Amino acid sequence: MVAEPTVINDARPLIAMLAPMVALAAIVWAGEKRKNLREIFTLVAGVVQASVVLSLLPLVLAGNVVEFHIWQIFTNVPMLLRVDGFGLTFAAVASVLWVATSLYAIGYMRGLHEHAQTRFYSFFAISLCATMGVAFSANLLTIYFFYEMLSVSTYPLVTHMQDKEARKGGRTYLSYLLFTSLCLLLPALSWCYVWLDEGQGAMDFLAGNSMSEQFSGTTQIVLLLLFTFGFAKAGLMPFHSWLPNAMVAPTPVSALLHAVAVVKVGVFCVIRVYSDVFGMEALQALDGEQIMVWIACATIIISSLIALSQDNLKRRLAFSTIGQLGYVVLGATLATKQGTAGAVVHIAMHACGKITLFFCAGAILVASGKKYVSELRGLGRKMPFTMGAFLIGSLSVIGLPPLGGFVSKWYLILGALERDYVWVVVVLLVSSLLNVFYLLPVAVRAFFRNENDNEEGEGGLKEAPWQCVVPLSCTALGCFGLFFFSDILLSLAGL
Amino acid sequence: MSENSIALIFAFPLFGAVFCALFGRKSPNLCHPISVASLAGALGAGIETLRRVIASEANEVSYFFGGWNADAYPRGVGIEFRADYLGTLIMLVVVGVAFLVAWYSKLPVAEETPEKEGYFYSLFLLQVTGLAGISLTGDAFNLYVLIEVAALTGYGLIAMGSARAAAATFKYVILGTIGASFYLLGVGYLYMKTGTLNMVGIEQFITDNESLADSAAMQVAFVFVCLGVLMKMAFFPFHAWLPSAYFHAPTTTSCLLAPLVTKVMIYVMIRMLLTVFGVEFSFKNTHDDEGNIWTEVLPWLVVLAILCAATMALAQRDVKKMLTYLIVAEVGYMVGGVWVYNYYGLIGSIFHIISDACMTLCLFLGVGIILRKRKTTHFDGLRGLFRKMPFTMTGFFIGGFSIIGLPPTCGFFSKWYLITGGMLAERWEYIVALMFSTMVMVVLFFRLIERIHLAVTESGENIGHGHGDLALPKSETFFDEAPLSMLIPLLLSAGVVLVIGVFNQDVVNLLQDFLEPFNLPKGTGR
Repeated sequence: MVAEPTVINDARPLIAMLAPMVALAAIVWAGEKRKNLREIFTLVAGVVQASVVLSLLPLVLAGNVVEFHIWQIFTNVPMLLRVDGFGLTFAAVASVLWVATSLYAIGYMRGLHEHAQTRFYSFFAISLCATMGVAFSANLLTIYFFYEMLSVSTYPLVTHMQDKEARKGGRTYLSYLLFTSLCLLLPALSWCYVWLDEGQGAMDFLAGNSMSEQFSGTTQIVLLLLFTFGFAKAGLMPFHSWLPNAMVAPTPVSALLHAVAVVKVGVFCVIRVYSDVFGMEALQALDGEQIMVWIACATIIISSLIALSQDNLKRRLAFSTIGQLGYVVLGATLATKQGTAGAVVHIAMHACGKITLFFCAGAILVASGKKYVSELRGLGRKMPFTMGAFLIGSLSVIGLPPLGGFVSKWYLILGALERDYVWVVVVLLVSSLLNVFYLLPVAVRAFFRNENDNEEGEGGLKEAPWQCVVPLSCTALGCFGLFFFSDILLSLAGL
Repeated sequence: MSENSIALIFAFPLFGAVFCALFGRKSPNLCHPISVASLAGALGAGIETLRRVIASEANEVSYFFGGWNADAYPRGVGIEFRADYLGTLIMLVVVGVAFLVAWYSKLPVAEETPEKEGYFYSLFLLQVTGLAGISLTGDAFNLYVLIEVAALTGYGLIAMGSARAAAATFKYVILGTIGASFYLLGVGYLYMKTGTLNMVGIEQFITDNESLADSAAMQVAFVFVCLGVLMKMAFFPFHAWLPSAYFHAPTTTSCLLAPLVTKVMIYVMIRMLLTVFGVEFSFKNTHDDEGNIWTEVLPWLVVLAILCAATMALAQRDVKKMLTYLIVAEVGYMVGGVWVYNYYGLIGSIFHIISDACMTLCLFLGVGIILRKRKTTHFDGLRGLFRKMPFTMTGFFIGGFSIIGLPPTCGFFSKWYLITGGMLAERWEYIVALMFSTMVMVVLFFRLIERIHLAVTESGENIGHGHGDLALPKSETFFDEAPLSMLIPLLLSAGVVLVIGVFNQDVVNLLQDFLEPFNLPKGTGR
């Protein structure tokens, strides 16, 4: 075991969390009348947040944790922010990608002449505040507070179009997320609070794991199930269908929230519960813990199969996301050091790859109005940058070197081997193959098929606005970058 | 001055009521300032009382009206008012809510009941006197008198409403009188067996005479008191009076009565169980060894109450009506919290009295503004309200989120303690009912948000030209907030909902001090 980390008290986690809230006030003030100023506020908040988060990096890499006490929720349960390796990885990914998304959103929202942009940017900022809160939470109740805040604050974004589809999407979104969090998660939390000596610090992630001492095996399995499904943002089947339905939202929302922030909050919470509430050793010793591994593997395979049949590009990406989230949950359920590290790193790797893919889907919509995979023939010539980035993103999600996705998949396989789960390795390989089948045809069709109708004469370049193309190129390059700098991520994840 | 603070709490609104009745005819404009000022005075006296209770050694302050001290055994000559943490907190809620409602009431009262301001405000202040009295009195018969004061003024306040208010009031009169009669009979039996009406006196006598526990008269007294109080608080099978009475009442009346009356009656139940009959008698007293029949049966009745009330709320198509059914469901929550019988359940129940009063107030104030703006509270009249009144609707939704139980509103914390209480008692049916009702509230409030925010009809057809066009007439699309005299109380109440949530630990610590002597079951781990 590593020595006890040094605790540093510092307000920086709070600043990172509150930066979007300050921006929120400025955004509402600026409004539609001063829209350039409004967008500048969003970007500034993003840059401030990202730089504050990154400034914590040296401290955490040196083995410290940074804490900030906000207020006392219950006796023995404070609302406490704490930055450790896991949290910092996630926070850094979300905040850096927020900057990219903000730039992209300007091009997208203006390109499509969307309405209510002030509302859009406002709730986006609130969501990012909640995401930072989850990343930096030090105990289960704090994490629950921000988790709920994220559910509610993303609802206006999902229903942005305010029409029939938006209502259906919004209803599914909320009913899944609030049902699971209020009816599964809340009882589980309350159970822990009552029976673990009235929550005397037992909800804290550093408290060590008294679960196995207090509870029988069956109770632990029940709690594990309640927690795993309670965090339905992780998209684990059968509580996954909110995610494809949330795709009615504007693409920047799908890109940042439903490929990075919201869903990753779900898997992040699951990782926290597995590694810091139950504890890896205790889980390995627990009979019946394998059921979680099965659920994760089933999610991976089934969602990949469904993704194959989706013609709507964003829906296909959504099912792909469910599968990739399954990887992260799988890594957590393996309950080994390498598996968990693979899971944490996969949060970053998949975020970078999938946000590129969503950016591309949105750019295609802005430039050509196309939503379906079958319409993309020959688009590679018109939009070379976008489709090139799409190819890179696809390869990263599939997990080929020298792209980021390879590293995390590698560690997941190592983790599975450590538990002697050869069949899990087979699942991972089969699912990679399925990834190839549902992602590569998109790029192949765009580059190597000609359009049926003779539109080539008027063709030439027809890219989306530069605000869209620049971010997606950057995130595509980021997929390379993450491969070469993966050692930083791995050391944050505790390897 | 300070040692009379308890008396001043009642003196201010009582004399305010007299002044309103005197001046109401000639100069109706005076009534509103008189009411606000007298309630502000009462609030000040209430806060001073809380300070004195915290400062006192026994954590309670007694006040003997007319100086009739009670040295006799069992204690109880003259009327005693006793402020402990429980009563003082409830009294503060009553006076605080009434103060905000009085502030808010200027326009609605003048518009809905023109030329009756004098009557309205004197009844209003008498109502507050009654409710605040209930929360502090230390005398079981005096409690009955004050219940009747609150009830009679309540009938008057409700009957001033719309055309159908009279019929609704009649229903209330019948059920309310039956409930109060049951209570009075129960108190009669108590007096028969103990020879005193003072609450402390009764409790002393019961603990000193163990044989009383087996007395049939005591059992009857217990059942009658419980039954009467359950009827007065609109517990499920006896709830029929509440929805129509509060729905047809004038805006100000429903803002005052909805947050307070049912909650105060739950307080009466807790008061009677804990400090009059005593924990020993109420929860553990047995005819045989199988356990108290009430503690077995009542949680199931609670489940039934919550399920039915939540389902009926789901069927409503009018915001105000929907909220009245929510009150019935919330009553189920609190009764359940008491009867699961443990520390967390009671904390949850008492904390829910406080937080439910605040959030119901918040919602009813919001509904009053909606009614004034759109002339209806039907679901169809909600579209585009957020664009028109963003601040009002924000306040309203904070109340709604609190009812759902989203953190960090106070509703989350009370629900947390209630669930925890259910867990500890292993009353799973109660937890399931709470979860069901929580999900119903999610549906109810997000359905409202949909109605306000989306351009879709109920049957699912798009209206408008897309891109957020709500197809409203020009006059309804611009920013047009409620008048400040209505908006500020609403936002204050929304602020209170958040503040009580964030600082729930301070409230709970006071309650913990109050509950300490009762030795309630708590924490099974050790």
